[in-house]
Parts: sequence; structure tokens; C-alpha cells
Amino acid sequence: MSRIEPWHQVNWDWRAAGNFIGGGSGTGLVILAALAAGQGTTYWPLGFLGVILVGIGLFCVWLEIGRPWRALHVFYHPQTSWMTREAFVSALLLPVTMVAALASSPFLFEPAVAKGAIWLAALLAALYLYCQARILHCSKGIPAWRHPSLMPVIILTGLTEGAGFLLMGTALVGGHFVWPLLLLLILLLGRWMAWRRYLANLAETGAPSKALAVLNGATPMINILGHYAASILIVLALLTGAFGPLFAALAGLAAIAGGWQMKFVVVARAAFNQGFALPLTPVRGTGKPGPADKPGWSKSGP
Amino acid sequence: MTRYVMVADLRRCVGCQTCTAACKHANATPPGVQWRQVLDMETGTYPQVQRTFVPVGCMHCADPPCEHVCPSTATKIRPDGIVEIDYDLCIGCGYCAVACPYQARHIVHKRDLAYDKQAMAHEDARFDEGRMSVAMKCNFCQGRIDTAKETGQTPGVDPEVTPACVNSCIADALHFGDRDDPNSNVSALLAENQTFRMHEELGTDPGFYYIWDKNE
Repeated sequence: MSRIEPWHQVNWDWRAAGNFIGGGSGTGLVILAALAAGQGTTYWPLGFLGVILVGIGLFCVWLEIGRPWRALHVFYHPQTSWMTREAFVSALLLPVTMVAALASSPFLFEPAVAKGAIWLAALLAALYLYCQARILHCSKGIPAWRHPSLMPVIILTGLTEGAGFLLMGTALVGGHFVWPLLLLLILLLGRWMAWRRYLANLAETGAPSKALAVLNGATPMINILGHYAASILIVLALLTGAFGPLFAALAGLAAIAGGWQMKFVVVARAAFNQGFALPLTPVRGTGKPGPADKPGWSKSGP
Repeated sequence: MTRYVMVADLRRCVGCQTCTAACKHANATPPGVQWRQVLDMETGTYPQVQRTFVPVGCMHCADPPCEHVCPSTATKIRPDGIVEIDYDLCIGCGYCAVACPYQARHIVHKRDLAYDKQAMAHEDARFDEGRMSVAMKCNFCQGRIDTAKETGQTPGVDPEVTPACVNSCIADALHFGDRDDPNSNVSALLAENQTFRMHEELGTDPGFYYIWDKNE
């Protein structure tokens, strides 16, 4: 029996989610670490961590592809493919961030090189994060991904997770944590609003019912952990003196966990395909067409 | 210009799946993979119900999302409108599969046999390692279409150069031909009947038309 209603796609699994998780967190960290470096926070451990996170994400993709030894073919289509563009940006992002981290490290202290490389890395990280958002948006076969409201979610959660890692890193290596806390609070608010808007817009335009059920079902835990708990911990970090860095790190951890869950749910759980539909059914006997049919959808949206 | 398209007359299709079987035979697709299949859709509410048989597969879109996203250029649009895959370039990333709103693409990572462990003679004979772990889909039997250029025959008219599914259709519901040729069989069908294309609102400009009624 053929499937007609949308069913969950089978080609991208946790490994694809891993790319968006690692890539988003890593690039968010590289961007915010550049801001923090300007405020005197030690850059190099954060830069290295950013490289590792992005690298883990790319490794996940490599594990996912069917022909891993042809991986270099990914560079062949920059004209229209955001996956190719992401690959090109990664080819610059990883070495530039490595140079920035090395040049600002005690092993190879080159402040002039470090300053330029840190900002170049941040720019490349922003491009990479944008590529990731566009990759999902161009997945026209998955209604929950192609909706334009998902793009701000992907970008904001990447930055939020980056702020989370920055706070955890700051707790370990030292540095200002008050402004990163306030920034995290703003980013959490932005992500919470973007997620709400995404869900509302998706329901408004119509989507596979099962995708909406998965997203709505996961939202309470995403909010409790990733938004409410993180916000409370931020307030505690600001109010408690000695335990401030600890609460700040925990706030960062909660923000990261919420973001990772969000992306895992979107990529690996809510990826129901378009299914099949009929705008009309054929005229037979009665002389009139039958009604349209779009099974498995919340409403007959695009 | 040439734009090969498929036309399915929904008033005629009886859902016999002969096209599905013919496609499997012609293209040696593995178990569970059907480049051509016929959906059995029930619509309406009792007692006003209707059953419609809908052949589906790759729609050979003029603006195919699969081609746009493909990072390796393995997916290409030929000048005649056929969307093809170069199996030697494809990396099997699956991006095309999630970009296709018609669920037309398949990636098989391990060799499946119809009868579990023992391959049948034809399965061994027609197994193609080059199609493992890469994207595959209906190609309108492009080998036959290419033969037409050498023989001077007309795809959609001469069976030797017509997709297997069209040749096999017992109800004359499936048709294939050049939409840009005003004298072609499909141009005549499109002129004489009312048609729609699936998920047209997504802007893919699919090359698969469904006839639902004659012209007023």
C-alpha cells in the first residue's frame, strides 16, 4: 500500500541534526568569543572549542553521506547550493579560527595577527550560520524546514548556544560574565519569540499534522529547560556574588541544552515530507469534479 | 526546444500498477524502491466518496529544487527537460531527497534481495554497484529517449523510445511526449483537456500533468 499522507523522511537523521547542533553552537561561540575578546576575555580556548564544535558537526555530515570518499564533490555547485556554500565557508572558517586561536594563545602570541583573524573568523562564522539556516529553508520537500520563520530560529539559537558556551568558558578561564549574561538573556528572549512565531506561522500556513504535533509536543520541555530555567539562572547569577560564575555557567548549559533539543526535534523528529495531494478529483459519471484532498495536513496550505 | 512531459488521465487510470511493475522490470529497482507508483486516494465522505488512482514519481520539474540544492552537480536538467542523476558524481548526501516535494528520490545503502538471502539470477545480472548509496529516481527511461535521436523515432509514439510505464499502461492513461511540439500527442491532450499539476503552488513547474476533465 502506497503512502499518501506525509511520512517522516528517512535520509537525514541524528547525524544531520549533529551538523546543525555542532555548527550552530560552534559558530555562535566564534562570533561571541570575538566580542568577548574585545572586552579582555581570553580567546584561544573559546576559539579552539568553536573549531571543535564545527568540526564535530562536519564529521557528522561526513558520516551521513552515502559516498564519503567523494566528499570533495560537495564543492562543485556554489552557484545555487547552500550546502556547497557552507562547505566553502567551512574551508575558510576552520583554518582562520585556528590561526586566531593560535595567534592569541600563549604558544604563539601574535596580537596583531590575532585581532584581524578573530574578527575575520567571526564574519565567516556568521556566514556559516546563515548557510545552515538556508540549507533547511531550501529543503522544499519538508514543510517544517522550508518555512521562512525557521531561519531566524536557527540563527538565534546558534547565537544563544554560543553565548551559553561563552559563559561556560568564562567560568573556567575567567573574564567578564555580566554583559554576556545580559546578552544571553536578550538572545533567549529573541529565540523564545522566534520559536513561538515559527510555530504560529507554521500552524497558520498549514503543515503536516504530525510535524505540528511533534513540534508542539516538544515545546514545553524546550521552554522549561532552554528558556525559563536559563533565565532564572541568569537572574541568580546576577544576584549572587560568589556563585555568580557557577550560575552563569549553568544558565549557559541550560540555554545550550534547549537549543540542541530544539534543533534535534526540528531536524530529526519533525521532518515529515510533503505527502501527496489532489487539487481536484477527476470527473466521472456525475459530470462534476470531486473535492480537493490533502491528507495528513492541518490545513491545505502550501 | 523540447520539453518532455508525462500526462496521466486520472479518469482512465484503474490503479492496476502495471506501470509500477514495468518500471521495476525496465530499471531493475531494488525491493521497496519504486520510481513509478500509483497512489490509491479515497476522498469525500460517505456516501459521496471517490477513489482516484494517481500515478506519481519524479515530476521532472523545470525548476527542480533537487537540482538547486545538489552540492555535487550530480543532478542536472537536460535540454529536453529530463532531470537526470550522474551516479558517479553523487555523494549520497540526501539533500535532494529532502528538497523534493514529490518523495521521488531514493537512496539505498545496502543491497536488498526480493527473497532475503538468495539472489535470483536476474538480480545478480542487473545489480549495479554504481547505484548504491547514491540518489536515484525516475529518469523517463532516458536511454530510450536518447535512442530516438539515433533512430529518428518519436518518444511517446514509437514504443521502442517511450518510457516503460507508458508502454505498459493497459488503460491508455499514461502518455509521454514533447510539450513544446504543438503537433505532439501530449500537446493535443493538454489542449483538449483540463489538467493540473501536483503541488504546483511550490513553484517547481513540474513536467507531469493530470487530466481531470475534458475542456468545457
